[in-house]
Amino acid sequence: MNILIKNGRIIDPANQLDVEKEVYVSRGKIVGIGSEPVGFNADKVIDASGRIVAPGFIDLNISLREPGFEHKATIASETKAAASAGFTSLCCSPNTQPVLDTPSVVQLILDKAAEAGFAKVIPLGALTINLEGKQLSEMYALTKAGCAGFSQAPNNAMSAQTLRRALQYASSYCLPVILKPENVSIRDNGCIHEGAVSARLGLAGIASSAETVAVGQAIALAEEVDACVHLTGVSTAKAVSMLSRAQHDGVKITADVHAYQLHLTELDVGTFDANYHVSPPLRCDTDRDKLIAGVAQGVIQVSSGHQPHDLEAKQAPFPATEAGISGIETVLPLMLRLVEKGSLNLSQVVASLTVGSADIMGLDLGSLSVGATADICIFDPTLDWIVDETTWLSRGKNTPYMGQQMAGQVTQTLVNGRLVFER
Amino acid sequence: MINAANKSHRALDSADIQLNDQGQLRHFLTTESLPRETLVSIMDVAESFSGVGEQAVKKVPILRGKTIVNLFFENSTRTRTTFDLAAKRLSADVINLNVATSAASKGESILDTIRNLEAMQVDMFVIRHADSGAAHFIAQHVAPHVSVINAGDGRHAHPTQAMLDMFTIRRVKKQFAGLKVAIVGDILHSRVARSQIHALKILGVEEIRVIAPKTLLPTDITSLGVNAFGTLEKGLDDVDVIIMLRLQRERMGGALLPSEHEYFDCFGLTEKKLVYAKKDVMVMHPGPINRGVEMDAAVADGPNSVILQQVTNGIAVRMAVMASVMGKNIQAGSQL
Repeated sequence: MNILIKNGRIIDPANQLDVEKEVYVSRGKIVGIGSEPVGFNADKVIDASGRIVAPGFIDLNISLREPGFEHKATIASETKAAASAGFTSLCCSPNTQPVLDTPSVVQLILDKAAEAGFAKVIPLGALTINLEGKQLSEMYALTKAGCAGFSQAPNNAMSAQTLRRALQYASSYCLPVILKPENVSIRDNGCIHEGAVSARLGLAGIASSAETVAVGQAIALAEEVDACVHLTGVSTAKAVSMLSRAQHDGVKITADVHAYQLHLTELDVGTFDANYHVSPPLRCDTDRDKLIAGVAQGVIQVSSGHQPHDLEAKQAPFPATEAGISGIETVLPLMLRLVEKGSLNLSQVVASLTVGSADIMGLDLGSLSVGATADICIFDPTLDWIVDETTWLSRGKNTPYMGQQMAGQVTQTLVNGRLVFER
Repeated sequence: MINAANKSHRALDSADIQLNDQGQLRHFLTTESLPRETLVSIMDVAESFSGVGEQAVKKVPILRGKTIVNLFFENSTRTRTTFDLAAKRLSADVINLNVATSAASKGESILDTIRNLEAMQVDMFVIRHADSGAAHFIAQHVAPHVSVINAGDGRHAHPTQAMLDMFTIRRVKKQFAGLKVAIVGDILHSRVARSQIHALKILGVEEIRVIAPKTLLPTDITSLGVNAFGTLEKGLDDVDVIIMLRLQRERMGGALLPSEHEYFDCFGLTEKKLVYAKKDVMVMHPGPINRGVEMDAAVADGPNSVILQQVTNGIAVRMAVMASVMGKNIQAGSQL
């Protein structure tokens, strides 16, 4: 099927493009930008007037909950929600049940994703068997089955020596390792940032050092064994400056921040509002501002940190609730709020969700180059909408933004040149 | 199903949920952000109840026909006994339920427990739970006619204990203005300390101090409007009230303290250390005391100690809180 996208403003940071041109799509590929390929006949024309045409977004941190936690969400429900939010590729966390540590689980996930037919799912294999942090998983076999990287998230209880060897082993195959930067012994039983709000509410705090100690360890190990390490979900100002320096020194270390962390702080927890119970915890405004600066400078990329939950998961006293926000559907409007505020420009926003993430995972995606896979997202940055349960697609309704107005909505999403979502 | 996710995308102010549309106390979950008049009124009502215990028939008919459930998810004998007595002196029907947390986690959720009890026409829950925020959570989910009193949630709040302490201070010192109050010990894990700090602030004392090693002080504790001290010598200087907190044995396990012995050396209250404070200083302790850990027997039983008065006052204050949340605002001196 041939698709012509016309009158849209192309923002393609990989090619440093910000221009109004036509995009020609045929047989799953982008076959022309601005100039019509010979013999091109459009089967469908999308008028993108007033809209942005960008590479499809790539999420570095999403929990799809399947297999094992279908009462929370399914691959079908979450890939559909993701496609509606402009995401075309999803790097899914290995914390399924069974854990994503064998080729058969990889195959199951890929089959389910193909059957659903929305966004692509790129499995992240478990770095260690059953995520127990003891025995290495069969990374070569998992890669052949379709894993693009290996993750220990969200379980980080492993010795520094095991981590060092896991990084060494993964680096023999040039595979990126994804870690959640969290020292579990410092985190202990904490459930909120250790600061003024934890002091007031008497909730066990998570000191910033729970993150910075882990970041320091990851930098030291990545440098020594020359591995590619990606830290997912950073939350502190200090982590951003440590990463910036390490990158400057040539260490192959990257990171992402969950989009909501660029807006919310510990104060939003108010009086025990479990919708704001997330991991890592919401921190201070100084942290948030530095995280935004980190995105602007390209030190960190943006992920959704999407954690869909069933209602019961949040129906308990704050410390007993499960952490996480169902975040994929609000990533784009939250990033556009930062453009509105003048903290970021559109190109930086798109880069942090596309080429930046693709480079980290070594994916040949995230650009609108001629010849590239036609994973495309078209959005109207000014379209207002209200977060509402009836139109919310994720199975997880656990968003603190329920009822709030958002600006910016995806109108079309193409995966492999196929229109998978249209509003 | 109505759920917190739907209705609370806005951060809840504690006062919002505790007061009804007329500004009257509906739940008593924390002393934080309550109006001064509410706290004064509780003390005034408690004053009017304080004679009930000395009557031959220790009962008033204020809550006759009301059903109160003491729902304790965490073990407690002392607090539960005083709530039990307070409810009985108000002529309410009382049910005591100890819900072991382990059993609850195996099956029934807190909400299911609450809904089942509500179906039996309960008027008030007195809740103790190991998780901070448990009382708020329950208060957000009970039926409109049901009141919730927090009898201690995690490290968060123990507002009736704080109010009996305020009541005891007022009885001895007559007023709060100008008082310097020191709270000594494990502030980090203390729901009592947090409720006391908020109450003392609202009632307008001159200064609140917290005294403890840094491992037992919450990060950013000064954001609550207190001054932090690392030694008794400096912290007790010129204070009018000393509140000693209980030290749990398990603190030694978590590398927060080296030993009880060293703790007593540095933070134990002895007659020798009492001289740093004002001569007429009040010494308080929420109990039960670890003699020789938090304080000397000589201080606990000495002339400055009001520890047993605290226990006695606990019943009158809890009666006052129960009557207040049920809309029975008896003015001081009125006929009982």
